[in-house]
Amino acid sequence: MPVQMPDINLGLMLPEILVTLLAMALLLMSAWYGKEGRGTIGWMSIFGIGLAALAVLSGGGSGETTFGGQFLDDGFSRYMKLLLCIATALPLIMSLNYVRDQRMDGGEYYVITLFSLLGGMFMISSGGFVMLYLGLELMSLSIYILAAFRRQDLHSSEAGLKYFILGSLASGILLYGISLIYGSFGTLSYAGIAQVLADPHFHVGPVVGLGMVMVIVGISFKIAAAPFHMWAPDVYEGAPTSVTAFMAVMPKVAAFAVLYRILLVAFPSLHDQWGPVLQFMAVLSMAVGSFAAIAQTNIKRMLAYSSIGHVGFLLIGLSTGTIEGYHGVLIYLTIYIFMSVGAFGLILILNREGVGDNIEDYKGLSRKRPYLALLMSAFMFSMAGIPPLAGFIGKLYVFMAAIKAGMIGLAIVGVLFSALGAFYYLRLVKFMYFDEAESEFSMPISVSSQAVVVLSGVIVLVWGVFPGSILGVTEAAVRMFQ
Amino acid sequence: MVADIIFYLFATITVVAALGVVSVKNQVHSVLFLVLTFFTTAALFVLMGAEFLAAILVMVYMGAVAILFLFVVMMLDVEFASLKKEAARYLPLGLAVGLVILFEMVVIITQIHIEPGAAAVASDVPNTLEIGRVLYTKYLLPFEIASVILLVALIGAVVLTFRDRKLAKRQSVSKQHARTREQAVELKKVASGEGAS
Repeated sequence: MPVQMPDINLGLMLPEILVTLLAMALLLMSAWYGKEGRGTIGWMSIFGIGLAALAVLSGGGSGETTFGGQFLDDGFSRYMKLLLCIATALPLIMSLNYVRDQRMDGGEYYVITLFSLLGGMFMISSGGFVMLYLGLELMSLSIYILAAFRRQDLHSSEAGLKYFILGSLASGILLYGISLIYGSFGTLSYAGIAQVLADPHFHVGPVVGLGMVMVIVGISFKIAAAPFHMWAPDVYEGAPTSVTAFMAVMPKVAAFAVLYRILLVAFPSLHDQWGPVLQFMAVLSMAVGSFAAIAQTNIKRMLAYSSIGHVGFLLIGLSTGTIEGYHGVLIYLTIYIFMSVGAFGLILILNREGVGDNIEDYKGLSRKRPYLALLMSAFMFSMAGIPPLAGFIGKLYVFMAAIKAGMIGLAIVGVLFSALGAFYYLRLVKFMYFDEAESEFSMPISVSSQAVVVLSGVIVLVWGVFPGSILGVTEAAVRMFQ
Repeated sequence: MVADIIFYLFATITVVAALGVVSVKNQVHSVLFLVLTFFTTAALFVLMGAEFLAAILVMVYMGAVAILFLFVVMMLDVEFASLKKEAARYLPLGLAVGLVILFEMVVIITQIHIEPGAAAVASDVPNTLEIGRVLYTKYLLPFEIASVILLVALIGAVVLTFRDRKLAKRQSVSKQHARTREQAVELKKVASGEGAS
């Protein structure tokens, strides 16, 4: 029997190939140069991500597929990959000094980050569940390692181990769900499943629902949506701050892209089954994010709960099952990257100044470091969704989509939790501006970290005041798949 | 008929051995039960005509993974008694959740109508051959990504465990060769009756 090769068009995979080659080259470099070369390797990895981002921008995004439909290259995937590159590069730039200070030696830190980016890219471009699972494992495995990277620190090891064990469990559930879906449809590609579902003679049994719910559970774990969020506060707190900044955004971008592909491409006709599941998770996530964050004394834990809350708002948009809803998700996600990276970047900068992770440590910051305090307040106001800042635009679009889809109750609950969440964001602002300082701030601040934080701050402000600049881009990305 | 008996025999052993993995006190016995579980599962795969999976299970899981587990269990000095006590506290809740999930799955899975002709591989083609045909063609890309995942696992294992010990004694051949007589040997004149200091 002759061997049949699938259609292979490597040109579509240029960004992935670039990242893979770069990661392997840097791995060899880090083995060769040892500790002396790590600064160079850091900058080279950032430069390489920039190249990959250029490759993403230059490509067609014409909706072509390769490897027999297992790898998709459409406008949506191009946009999400661009977000992914930003969500990887910004934390990397900030972590250059941090990695040196914390003695997380060697270039492997950057190599593993690059592999994690690669996994996310494959998830975004996945045309079926096989690629989805492999991309997810590549991304998660890398992040488990990164979380435990500061291995002389017990908290960091604990974070890595906890994330690894719970993540493996989630992967098991995801795989079980995938196997049930395969058993029901006889295919693992999203397009194939949609085709089978479009057939009026196909009987949708309860097994399909079970498989779908298990897949949603497996992926919800990765985005830390309640009730699958238990790991997030501990892991965010224990992991090195530069890793926390990275894992708070990057896996979410990839996982929401995948949720789009599964729910809106493969299972759009089963919206009445998965819609309520997502709505339930959205309300629960917002509740956990708002109530639990109030009691936190550690700023990284507080931001972990805040990110659970943000996932709740994102899930509202997704649960509408409409293109408007997903447009809201894209806008929210794009803005969330900059808010979150900015906030964690400030924690990193202040960590270097000797400020601890306790919220109390931020007392009186405005008098010592007025412009850092101003930026931090901007991120906090934006996360709370207060109008002149970008966070408001994201929430506005998500809620508008929910109302348009007739889910007025959910939108009202969302607005209420948004108001409730504002309390703890504003508490930090109060600490910074109205309380007396208890500690000294002394050390110099690195230029690259400042640049990232200032850039994020400017973006959060500009997109808030002129939302048109982001809406045009996201709308173009959304229109690609209509 | 005979196949049914064999199936139920192996299935029973699998379930009992799996229970043994999580319930026996001695953790070495626990790993050995795991090996038994793998083996009977492999036998079940053979019964279903999936000889490739059976071979992989025996070679990879029994031959490598379980043995590694055994090494780890023997070398790690973990106080399992206190862990067990901790776990016993959550046993009722865990059992309750497990039973609810079991009930739900039974309800759903009993509704599956298996069509006899729905086998993934035609019965006249050995599935090792079939897997060989698609693994490097249709599933080339997933195969390559799996290799990248293994690479990351490798790097991770080294990064998280390798320590550059300052006190480790290493041989440096070039240093040894470059050593001169003056650096290596010291002549001392020892006065008689006083001894070397």
